[in-house]
Amino acid sequence: MNSFLRNLAVHRLQLTRERATTLQVNVGRLCNLACRHCHVDAGPARNEVMDRQTMEAVIDFARRNSFAVIDITGGAPELVPGIAYLLDQAAALAPTVMMRSNLLALAERSADNIPELCRRRKITIVASFPSTNRGQTEAQRGSGVWEKSIAMRKKLNEAGYGVPGTGLNLFLVSNPAGAFLPVDQCAAEKKFRADLARKWGIRFTGLFTFANMPLGRFKIWLEQSGNYAPYMEKLAASFNPATVAGLMCRSLINVSWDGCLYDCDFNMAAGLPYSGSPVHISEVPEAGEGIPVATGDHCLACTAGAGFT
Amino acid sequence: MNTYYDPRDLARFAEIGEDAPEVAKRFFDYYQAVFAEGELTEREKALIALAVAHAVQCPYCIDAYTTACLEKGSNRAEMTEAIHVACAIRGGASLVHGVQMRNICRKVSL
Repeated sequence: MNSFLRNLAVHRLQLTRERATTLQVNVGRLCNLACRHCHVDAGPARNEVMDRQTMEAVIDFARRNSFAVIDITGGAPELVPGIAYLLDQAAALAPTVMMRSNLLALAERSADNIPELCRRRKITIVASFPSTNRGQTEAQRGSGVWEKSIAMRKKLNEAGYGVPGTGLNLFLVSNPAGAFLPVDQCAAEKKFRADLARKWGIRFTGLFTFANMPLGRFKIWLEQSGNYAPYMEKLAASFNPATVAGLMCRSLINVSWDGCLYDCDFNMAAGLPYSGSPVHISEVPEAGEGIPVATGDHCLACTAGAGFT
Repeated sequence: MNTYYDPRDLARFAEIGEDAPEVAKRFFDYYQAVFAEGELTEREKALIALAVAHAVQCPYCIDAYTTACLEKGSNRAEMTEAIHVACAIRGGASLVHGVQMRNICRKVSL
């Protein structure tokens, strides 16, 4: 029994799937950055990306089901050939479609003009922004990221993103720049909103603060820096049973670049498939209810403090 | 033991109450109340604590409030500025006593 399940048992809790309302699509591990906290170990040298046939299977699955949200993530989705097709199709199949972006890939010119497609189809952009401090941001995401990331945020504001009344949502995501817990989301949003407006005139719709997952490149760093055991102890000590009812893995189904299904992106990174054994998205009509969510020690990152919902 | 300070001792702070439980309880209750959100935010209070920790040079407090500041949403630049405030007050406190030195010099000198 892993340490997460032990915590559930102590509180007599179970983690089973409910009706899936969010389809999360991880289109691949190719990325222009190699962030040190990345749980999928994405980077420029990775070549796993979703092909057109798998995209069609994802679209069919979304058509068969009625998802409230389609969440497209990576890697850097903007770099995946055919991503414009997937975004365009997805926008017709769910009320909310979001694309996770490090913004640097989005800033690069491409024939598909992804920023314009997102604007036209009102696709929500969820952009990484770990800290209002350049040093801490670049320590996590790589040197040279800060200026380009700020510039792209301003361009998105100019296009209407993050501006009330436009219907163009720009959410920011702040992961801690190290082996410590995330800031309270409300307090952080208030501070980010004031700091970004005062220093750079940047606006945004909302902020998410997420704990770093002890998986992939971040786990390697934790181990190499001697932080792994203290970090896991901190996560376990911060276990909050009240978060379990709202965990996203209950109502989300994740499909990886190769079409396999998982309960969440973290289980995809950890190699823990949906329903316990590998299954392709084309083989199932819908995500089942009442099925136990696959778990590992990393799940403690979703139940620490205010949780990861 | 190679040093008087062991980072693991921080987690044993509550043991100080074993031989004087009533005053310890009052202290820890007070401590908790002090750091709760009030007119100042928890983040601001953690920054003050970090600065004071450096002024009193308490390694336990520096350890605890560095993490607390990060987890309350302060960034490294803000934390560094807070320490400079402590440094300025400490340095200023020394320097302002130079007025006493000058007073005494004036009194005993021709």
